Amino acid sequence: MESLEEIKARAEAVVPDAKIEIVLNPGPANQPSLLLEALSALRVARFLHDDPALRLDFCSNATGVDWLDRKVKTTRKVKKLVEGEEKEVDETTEESVPGYLEAVYHLYSMSHKHGPVIIRSRTVNRADDVHLPSLTPVWRSAEMQEREIFDLYGIHFDGHPDLRRILMWDEFVDHPMRKDYVEPDDYEYEPTPHDEVLERAKEHYPARPELEQLTPRE
Amino acid sequence: MSVGFQELAAAPPPMTSRLEGELLEISMGPQHPSTHGVFRMNVALEGEIVRKLKPVFGYLHRNHEKIGENTSYLGSMPYTDRLDYFCSMTNNWAYALSVEKLAGIEVPERAEYLRVILAELTRLQNHASLLGFLLSDMGAWGTPLMYAFREREKILDLFESLSGSRMMCDFMRFGGCRVDASEEWLGRARKIAEAFPKFLDEFEQLILSNEIVIMRTQHVGKLSAELAINAGITGPMLRASGVNYDIRKVDGYGIYPRFKFRVPLGDHGDCYDRLMMRSLEMRESLAILKQAFAEIPAGPITNPKVKIRAFKPPVGEAYGRIEGPKGELGFYLISDGSASPYRYRVRPPSFINLTILEDLCLGHTVADVMVILGSIDIVMGEVDR
Repeated sequence: MESLEEIKARAEAVVPDAKIEIVLNPGPANQPSLLLEALSALRVARFLHDDPALRLDFCSNATGVDWLDRKVKTTRKVKKLVEGEEKEVDETTEESVPGYLEAVYHLYSMSHKHGPVIIRSRTVNRADDVHLPSLTPVWRSAEMQEREIFDLYGIHFDGHPDLRRILMWDEFVDHPMRKDYVEPDDYEYEPTPHDEVLERAKEHYPARPELEQLTPRE
Repeated sequence: MSVGFQELAAAPPPMTSRLEGELLEISMGPQHPSTHGVFRMNVALEGEIVRKLKPVFGYLHRNHEKIGENTSYLGSMPYTDRLDYFCSMTNNWAYALSVEKLAGIEVPERAEYLRVILAELTRLQNHASLLGFLLSDMGAWGTPLMYAFREREKILDLFESLSGSRMMCDFMRFGGCRVDASEEWLGRARKIAEAFPKFLDEFEQLILSNEIVIMRTQHVGKLSAELAINAGITGPMLRASGVNYDIRKVDGYGIYPRFKFRVPLGDHGDCYDRLMMRSLEMRESLAILKQAFAEIPAGPITNPKVKIRAFKPPVGEAYGRIEGPKGELGFYLISDGSASPYRYRVRPPSFINLTILEDLCLGHTVADVMVILGSIDIVMGEVDR
């Protein structure tokens, strides 16, 4: 199979407005991936599927990843005047990188028996702009998996034929696979609560004086 | 029988009953023995014919992936047993393979052989019990299932004596296996594998050439090769549609390139082909087992360089996959250098194989839905995760 650079160059020639970036993978697995823009992702995906040399007709795995807002520290050596002398001093700058949600697809070719080519696309942020184009029109196997990503991560796939919750129930509001998900406070009555359950019981039943007599177990 | 129903489905006769022109929506499952666990289908029926079918998932959902992200790498190993509880050995292998890719770990020779032996034994017992379940769904209640379970029990006994547990084996480790197999164990396993063809011959003779089975399965739930590839179908179901794609051959993971075996392919992609596929694959598994028993070398079963405690793979990501008995089982891991994975994703074969359930069932009768679902081979522990 061609290298990722060649695939990138050919895809950019076919889809002229596509901006593709190669995301390196530092680990021993050596599985770098192509980062696609949301605007052109569907057309690039169709190129990967239809191109006779690639024929990536099998989308094996589609999944989401949640990247939180994070702070990146960069240290640079800066020349500065210290006590009249010019010295090299480390200067640390902190930069906050906004978080995003990512959809990752692992593509293989069943006709040429090669792969994987990994493509990924990122949402603008994690809160209000979480739209990505659905790749289900190209690979039907993404249908259930994109529904699962929508359910657990909250990425909205535009163009998906049937975007509903799949594993959680329809009335559920949050997205449990997100890194900052807090589980709901569904307190269940216990006749003899202790420890942290006792604390929560006191919150839930402030009018039960007998709870005050119960003390946490040592 | 089913051909007639297909013609009916294409041109339904004019109806005279009070339900004329109306679809009856019924809920099949979740508590139904032929849904193989807690699985529900919302079916719209026109008489007996399925006009719409929407699968409903999630009854067994426990967010396996979130739990995996909150435990150590090794901590997820026993939990992978619970995904597809019929095939804990292959689940272990898929996860161990992905972590080995992620951290760049070599596996000793003897451990690779042990893995192949256990994976093929798992395939034998999975396919055998699937055939039993499928016949149970078709109305051959009990007897074929017990025949299949008799064979499965022998293999589970082997698993128990090796790993201490019949179904929740927790056997593989990163860079090897947990315990070594004794010569005595290997001898017993070889004997069971040698006696297995007798069961297969008997089963095929009794069941697979049975007239009722043929009537119920041939031309039912046909899946074309194009749709199968596009919908990401893997495993015996894909090969029943005539697509030659076996990850043991394509990726050649482990030491599979050393073994001589054939990949059986179907012709029509109907339920009968899917049924036969399991039977033929069992014979190929037996061929692999025979070679593995003859070649297994002595030596260590774990890589001594791998740290068991405080195991921290380097930053990066890896996707590893194996040919599980139900299809491609993959694990996608992202490491941020800490002791637990940043992202832990399971690519469950039976979940993705259910994508085209509606396409297969449209135009068939309610009774055929059971056969089609049974021939897909699902386990809800893996579908809902």
